[in-house]
Amino acid sequence: MTEPLSRPKRKDPLKKTRIPLLPQGTRSRTALGLTAAAAEGRFQLQVCGDCAAVVYPPRDACPRCLSASLPFCDVDNRGTLLAETTIRTSTDVYFRERMPWRIGTVLLDAGPAIVAHLHGDLREGERTRLELKLDKSGQAIVIALPARDTPNMADDPQWRELTCDPKYRRVLVTDGRTAVGQAMAEALSQAGASIVFVGVADPWKPFPGEERLRKLERVEIVVLDLTDTISVNECAGEFAPRVDILVNTAEHVRTGGIVERKGLTVAREELEVRYLGLMRIAQAFGPVLRARGADGINSAAAFVNLVSVFALASWPAYGAFSATEAACLSAAQSLRAELRPGGVKVVNVFFGPLETEWYQAVPPPKLAPSALGRAVVQALRQGLEDVFVGDIAEDIRARLAVNPKALERELGS
Amino acid sequence: MAGPRKASPRMPYDGVVVGAPVSIPYRRYSTNTAHWWVGRAVREVVQRAGLRSSDIDGFSLSSFTVGPDTAIGLTQHLGLSPRWLDHVPLGGASGVVALRRAARAVQCGDAELVVCVAGDTNQVDSFRRMLSTFSRFAQDAVYPYGSGGPNASFALITRNYMMRYGATREDFGKICVAQRDNALHFPHALMKKKLTLDEYLGARPISDPIHLFDCVMPCAGAEAFVVCKEDVARSLGLPAARLLATVERHNAFPDDPIQYRGGWAMDIGELYAMAAVTPDDVDFVQTYDDYPVICMMQMEDLGFCGKGEGPDFVRSHTLTADGSFPHNTSGGQLSVGQAGAAGGFLGLVETVRQLTGEALGATVPDAKVGLASGFGMINYDRGLASGAALLAGGQA
Amino acid sequence: MTTTANAIASPDLLAFAGAIAAGEIEVVDLTHTLSPDFPTIVMPPELGQCAPFRMEEVSRYDERGSAWYWNNISMGEHTGTHFDAPVHWISGKDLPENSVDTIPVANFIAPAVVIDISQQSAANADYELTVADVEAWEILHGRIPPRSWVLLRTDWSKRSGRDYVNMREDGQHTPGPCPEVVRFLVEQRDLHGLGTETIGTDAGQAFHFNPPYPAHFYMHGKGRYGLQCLANLDRLPPTGAVILAAPLKIRRGSGSPLRVLALVPRAEKRA
Repeated sequence: MTEPLSRPKRKDPLKKTRIPLLPQGTRSRTALGLTAAAAEGRFQLQVCGDCAAVVYPPRDACPRCLSASLPFCDVDNRGTLLAETTIRTSTDVYFRERMPWRIGTVLLDAGPAIVAHLHGDLREGERTRLELKLDKSGQAIVIALPARDTPNMADDPQWRELTCDPKYRRVLVTDGRTAVGQAMAEALSQAGASIVFVGVADPWKPFPGEERLRKLERVEIVVLDLTDTISVNECAGEFAPRVDILVNTAEHVRTGGIVERKGLTVAREELEVRYLGLMRIAQAFGPVLRARGADGINSAAAFVNLVSVFALASWPAYGAFSATEAACLSAAQSLRAELRPGGVKVVNVFFGPLETEWYQAVPPPKLAPSALGRAVVQALRQGLEDVFVGDIAEDIRARLAVNPKALERELGS
Repeated sequence: MAGPRKASPRMPYDGVVVGAPVSIPYRRYSTNTAHWWVGRAVREVVQRAGLRSSDIDGFSLSSFTVGPDTAIGLTQHLGLSPRWLDHVPLGGASGVVALRRAARAVQCGDAELVVCVAGDTNQVDSFRRMLSTFSRFAQDAVYPYGSGGPNASFALITRNYMMRYGATREDFGKICVAQRDNALHFPHALMKKKLTLDEYLGARPISDPIHLFDCVMPCAGAEAFVVCKEDVARSLGLPAARLLATVERHNAFPDDPIQYRGGWAMDIGELYAMAAVTPDDVDFVQTYDDYPVICMMQMEDLGFCGKGEGPDFVRSHTLTADGSFPHNTSGGQLSVGQAGAAGGFLGLVETVRQLTGEALGATVPDAKVGLASGFGMINYDRGLASGAALLAGGQA
Repeated sequence: MTTTANAIASPDLLAFAGAIAAGEIEVVDLTHTLSPDFPTIVMPPELGQCAPFRMEEVSRYDERGSAWYWNNISMGEHTGTHFDAPVHWISGKDLPENSVDTIPVANFIAPAVVIDISQQSAANADYELTVADVEAWEILHGRIPPRSWVLLRTDWSKRSGRDYVNMREDGQHTPGPCPEVVRFLVEQRDLHGLGTETIGTDAGQAFHFNPPYPAHFYMHGKGRYGLQCLANLDRLPPTGAVILAAPLKIRRGSGSPLRVLALVPRAEKRA
């Protein structure tokens, strides 16, 4: 059984911080289909379009019928662990400092034998569930879990290496003035974060929910204005080495398309808060996060971007807003590549209209800020990279996958 | 399919012989290139046969570390002008495969004399670099899983075999200890100290149940032999062994979830039928010994005992060169070292030596028929290539 | 006691400069440091907002410019210590010379009187300056000369952060003039402009006055000026100071941050 993690001690200031190393991240183009599935927490393997064989490792021709039709599809993830080994010597520097390391051969009920990482609570001969996860290199790997959840299973070292579990990690929520920021702080505090720093801009301005926020356990309010480079830099100077997970909750929601908007004042504000705010926070906190990717139990783990699903397809009623969100998404993709050397995940959490005042006139379904908070915690615990929260976000994603042009017309009508 | 007693439909290797068994003494690490090692081996062959390099009209190369070159680049590098050229990047199976292709070439007259060479260097970091890019499946589905290399992959195979057939570490230890005994007589072996079973059992774990002495030591080295017709060998004054039969198989039994048998099991009937001998006629065996579990599988799959009887078979034989089942008489890769693709030549070259009376170390008394097998290329979770060759001494 | 332009028969600017250098005339800085965290006026969020002061480093003796340090700055016209031109308000929109670039430059130099309501403001954040307050002041200091800045000392500039803005659920609570006193000052005293220590020349709750924002409405409607977010008014005498307040020359600008300086004769100050 997994030993529960104990709260990490304060760091010995005389000890050198371990440089983040990565397992090998090179993959064939076809194998990146696994990465796509892992990013969203799906278990997908190639399934032959002609003979239905389940294929692994990823191939470009079906080994049973030579078909070239090998789409990645959801597959039953159950199987049996046939044999295991504990690796004690590795040629790879990443694994060398994490020895011993268990792997095993799992015979999937669906067909193929898969060499997988092993959760500590799984034993040879037992039934198992396989999951696709992103390792520190950002690429997909398979891990075999016990068939049923075990106590403290999230604390298993090999598992925690793949997740961004907030437990005993220190979190910065960048904007606590909003309902979303407050829900996020509460969810992360409840998820066992050691401390949740919550940024508040213009501290001279009271805000709704302030009193409740101040009373939350393990929540500390810090001055942080995402529109102010100096403020962001000062905050980073003080807190960056103590931030393991950063959740950017900045939002700026205003109606209006491109022509509808009179002038650029609001558009500038949107860009200042969202796009430039993201850049400021990334420039100030990114280098420290990236350097601390292997810094023990509370290593730097994730940069979470809350981003509207309309980043993917413009909603002309909120057209200028959508454009800003698209800019944020693009920046996040770049950030992902830039933080990868530290093994730090950039998690994009997509959502539709919220149950907040800025979506007042939008009919339901709308997403409660608390649901968004729970989804972020879940995404961190699962080590996901792309998350779609709520019916609207799922719907937009599904329609986009089928026919982007149709979606464009539908959103614009 | 041919059963064990059915006549082979394949054309026999009448008159094809193998000679000039060359081993360039191995080194743990080398600052020289693979080209250098291959060059030493070709030169040794040429000197032994009294040839000029322009007399070589067939050339076959096996190497992992000769990149970006292949066999063609080596012709210019070494000043050869062959009319028949082959590149056999098949690792542990490359010896048998190179031999059977060369045999048909000389038999058909496409070449008169083929020099088959395997050579690899081992620079300080070359093994690690080779592992991570060994194959697409290794890159996609093996190396990211702990990067334990072949030790981890064969640990899973070994673990499964032990559970399935009751093999113990003592059984594997016996194979390793016997090979070390053989190696103590072989001048080129890198391992020069006696190994006891206690030392074997007490060695540090590498990837459970694989322990230190289950693993070969990567090193630099080269091996070579010549394939020609009997009359050519005689005119050159080269002692040579006759080629009786060969088999080759790749990706056998793909539906076995974990490898517990190799391609030999598919082709063993044909092997003996073509040679018109039985396992009882074989005087010694050189199995491919990247890990002792693979030796045990070959004892089964090559017909010396039934499937699953490997552990008992090992328990009932000494496995030393002077014993009841002479096995890996030079010490095998486990004691001599694994010089990359040359590891796939080691057993075959030793077989030729034993059959031509040129043994450098322990000699198998009255050896008339020898078997050398090859195995290799762990592409994903198992060795894909297997091969075997039966050879006989000149007077047989 | 009053000094007029006529009193200087032949203006001796060198003597004036000499008096400054000798400290006989003290120069008092009435300006807050322009910084990103200085509060700006808060409007309801669905309305347009004044951009706060922001500063981005262009280079700092580094790879972006090896030997020099400089910044790009951005802000709304009404940030920090700033000047309000008549065009700022709808009541002044059609006046001549109503924007910062067209105001006659002589108007940027004018005498000032200081009315101290700091005690009342300390007791009541919503304190409104009344005509009676002005009349009481005039009993002590004489009638406010025409074309004078009237500076409202509340000591509000000594506050910071939340206390300075003093936002509650029903809005900002800061002292300012009542509608009648603004009309009185403009119509009866021909004031040059009104200067305050708070954000806005109007009281925090002036939206609820009639008319809303009377200082803006009446002053700018008559072409008069505003100075906001002033500091150090406690260092000025009730009368006798001269204010230098020249906004940036922004084409059709409605105001601008600026450096506000007060010239205070030493003797006057001691008196």
